Amino acid sequence: MAPVLDPMIGRYLRLQIDGVDHRVYFEEAGRGIPLVCLHTAGADGRQYRHLLADPAVTSRFRVLAFDMPWHGKSTPPDGWEKSEYRLTTASYTAAIRAFCKAMELDKPVVMGCSIGGRIVLNLAIAHAAEFRALIALEAADFQQPWYDTAWLHRPDVHGGEACAALVSGLIAPQSPPVSRHETLWMYMQGGPGVFKGDLYFYRVDGDLREKVKSIDTKVCPLYLLTGEYDFSCTSEDTLRTAAQIPGVEVQIMKHVGHFPMSEHPAKFREYILPILEKIS
Amino acid sequence: MSPADRFARLPDLLAADSDLQRRGRWVTVDCRVDVGDQPFFLALENGALAAFERGTRLMRSSAFTVGATDEAWTQHWQPVPAPGWHDLFALTKRGVASMEGDFRPLLQNLQFFKDLLALPRRLPERI
Repeated sequence: MAPVLDPMIGRYLRLQIDGVDHRVYFEEAGRGIPLVCLHTAGADGRQYRHLLADPAVTSRFRVLAFDMPWHGKSTPPDGWEKSEYRLTTASYTAAIRAFCKAMELDKPVVMGCSIGGRIVLNLAIAHAAEFRALIALEAADFQQPWYDTAWLHRPDVHGGEACAALVSGLIAPQSPPVSRHETLWMYMQGGPGVFKGDLYFYRVDGDLREKVKSIDTKVCPLYLLTGEYDFSCTSEDTLRTAAQIPGVEVQIMKHVGHFPMSEHPAKFREYILPILEKIS
Repeated sequence: MSPADRFARLPDLLAADSDLQRRGRWVTVDCRVDVGDQPFFLALENGALAAFERGTRLMRSSAFTVGATDEAWTQHWQPVPAPGWHDLFALTKRGVASMEGDFRPLLQNLQFFKDLLALPRRLPERI
């Protein structure tokens, strides 16, 4: 019997981010308009595996999902052991732009979820002309914290299991159990302190209130999609953000939580395919 | 049936869930759960309920207390809870539940406790 293979191919990219050498892992599938996908905090590009295997997407888009440095199969930079990982608006933006440049992508579409959604808003604020379209999943200019991140990295609490248990409540009850637990498994595999370091961007450094008002959707179309069961980035947070951006398209997804592409791929498809149709 | 009456069925619900007991096999702690104004004292040993007492107990100590309003538990225990009522932290974020005390045993076993406190969802809505 012939091997049963998923269509995506994974490779390692050598590049510099802010002058530092990195080895970044990414997976890609399809041909056409480049569509760069950004995973959530503390997770990795596997969250997009269903999109990468969807012919309705890959027939028109070259889908690329890379693991952020420190995440998944992307190693931290040399000397990582001497520092505490902290993602910032500047370092996150630099990583995305460096990836797009190194891969020689021509005006890609960027879609990000959670912290990936927040940074997509920053791309719309600061670098809109570089992109064909931007899609922010579970994104807002600011969200109220709902737990103390100090619990995410300490020797007496298993970081992976605590991270997964915390975010488990962000998954909609209607999501298939298999997809729910696959999503949580990725959280359990994060490196020590990485989820916490990502949330530094989310909670401390990435406050985009007021700044989103400067987004010009005539330069680059912007789409916001948020699941109704996401109580971290609530529907109200996203709608409040959208109300400040003329021309933005916003939709609240029923029966979906904070991880639409991995917690309920079939449901997410219903929402994302019409948007990708418009973009293509 | 009141929310407190539903929670009073917890020993049967946990005893019927061998998977949750397996996942909680490292949990040994005394804690308190307030359902509206009704306190419950849980003595967990290796993931099983060694003692379960309803009502005020003078000077009884607990590692931590999780409490929520009657409405919050009622909504949380719907077969498919509505958005914003479906998770313990969704309840605390909206200000209808609280967690106090030593958070360490709670965070060390967070999924176990979230699943334990959601068990009354399995009861028929009208008993």
